[in-house]
Amino acid sequence: MSERLLEVTDLEVYYGVINALKGISFHVDKGEIVSLIGANGAGKTTTLHTITGLIRPKNGSIIYKGVDIRRTPAHKIVSMGMVHVPEGRRIFQNLTVYENLMMGAYSQKDKNKISENMEYVFKQFPRLEERRRQLAGTLSGGEQQMLAMGRALLADPELIVLDEPSMGLSPLLVSEIFDIVKTFREAGKTVLLVEQNAKKAMSISDRVYVLETGSITTEGKAAELIHDERIKKAYLGE
Amino acid sequence: MDFLTALINGLSSGGTYAIIALGYTMVYGIAKMLNFAHGDIIMIGGCVMYSVLSAKGNPLLAILAAVVFCVVLGVTIEKLAYKPLRGAASLAVLITAISMSYLLQSVAQIYLKSGTPALSALRLEGSVNIGSFRIDYSTILTLAVTIVVMVALSLFVKYSKTGRAMVAVSEDRDAALLMGINTNFIITITFAIGSALAAIAGYLMLCKAPILTNTLGSMPGIKAFAAAVIGGIGSIPGAMLGGILLGVVESISYSIPVLAPFTEAVEFSILIIILLVRPSGILGKMRREKV
Ligand SMILES: Nc1ncnc2c1ncn2[C@@H]1O[C@H](COP(=O)(O)OP(=O)(O)O)[C@@H](O)[C@H]1O
Ligand SMILES: [Mg+2]
Repeated sequence: MSERLLEVTDLEVYYGVINALKGISFHVDKGEIVSLIGANGAGKTTTLHTITGLIRPKNGSIIYKGVDIRRTPAHKIVSMGMVHVPEGRRIFQNLTVYENLMMGAYSQKDKNKISENMEYVFKQFPRLEERRRQLAGTLSGGEQQMLAMGRALLADPELIVLDEPSMGLSPLLVSEIFDIVKTFREAGKTVLLVEQNAKKAMSISDRVYVLETGSITTEGKAAELIHDERIKKAYLGE
Repeated sequence: MDFLTALINGLSSGGTYAIIALGYTMVYGIAKMLNFAHGDIIMIGGCVMYSVLSAKGNPLLAILAAVVFCVVLGVTIEKLAYKPLRGAASLAVLITAISMSYLLQSVAQIYLKSGTPALSALRLEGSVNIGSFRIDYSTILTLAVTIVVMVALSLFVKYSKTGRAMVAVSEDRDAALLMGINTNFIITITFAIGSALAAIAGYLMLCKAPILTNTLGSMPGIKAFAAAVIGGIGSIPGAMLGGILLGVVESISYSIPVLAPFTEAVEFSILIIILLVRPSGILGKMRREKV
């Protein structure tokens, strides 16, 4: 029996008068990789910002582990185990790689757990360990994405929310990043993934939601949607 | 006055500017606002010292009370006046801060009954003489306090968890939130530190010239703000450097008879020249615009 980790119902978000999300509903079960795909401007980032507390919705509910977090401050949501890797990585350029990772552990109290997670991150991303004393701003795009993901892992997340981790990366690096996302699940984590690279996202996901101008228009198992003619045409470039 | 004396006096008054400039620059870096009322916190600290001394308190108690009062006042101003405007247009925030500055000055005017009391008990008299060379105790004290403040603040920012969080918030507030950092709390701490430093700077000013007016903090506030901009607003080492630089320029200019009447013009010219050559200040980061 699958355990519901995140349940979003009728979420409506406005930027002033602009209606960015028009009442979307979706859920993520424990252990799943769920993708939210859609064109530029569809509302994917807005969705993630709303569930992790950076934006407040006008209507709707966000239940995480059975708790309504609609009014919970963003910094508290982190210690509840939902950690957001933002679009554009947003690493701290003037801090070193190691200091960035330690920022991720900000809400962690248990020192042993922190060093365990640090070890895990360095095992997953050996390049970060080599560059631990380097200023993060000097890393390449791919390395910065790895740092952003590593930083999130140091918060010891149960649910990792990723916003376009493949953005601006070379095809080889894109594959590497998606391979890493797959390992998150093996490490017992749940993943909510936002991507424009629908093909790659669907290839590693259990379920997929398609977002179009603020509404979810299609949802289903990734293995089935990948053969859907309309999806193929609109998102897979076939 | 010979050059060396001017230099040492300059380092000392520069230290006071630096301590005030730290408050401007930290608040700017972390809360992204210009706290124009910062200079007036110095003056309010002076009023607190005055009232403690009037009640026959000793100077040490007066300084302590001023620090505590200014911390509470700074944090309260932030909560009541600035926090509701977070995310508002920067002009709205600026005008609020300017209004706050006049509010504090007016309240102090009422409290002082438009008088200018002398806080003689704070005065630090005497000097050390090395040959023909004389340094006032107040100068030595200011230099010592400046060094302690700079070292302590640098260590705090570099090594404490809260200090690291301050750096993170100043770089990217939303990203800091996503790390689980309570950014409101970090902003509160920043105002607390800035206000405590303002109270200390107030004492350093009054121990040299113990006359209290309701505009005590205005000119030093403006100069310290200039110092923060010269050093690169938002940068802690920049505020230290800018403050010291401005103090030394001021003191040396003052020691040269032809320049002495134009000292303030010289100081602000330095600001303009540095902004022309390096718009982000000496140690300021050229900001990359985020897309
Ligand atoms: N801060 C903002 N202010 C106003 N409109 C915004 C803001 N952020 C996003 N939008 C608008 O909301 C819509 C959804 O944007 P976004 O969530 O960033 O889409 P996506 O991540 O899918 O590309 C777009 O029409 C965008 O222009
Ligand atoms: Mg987006």
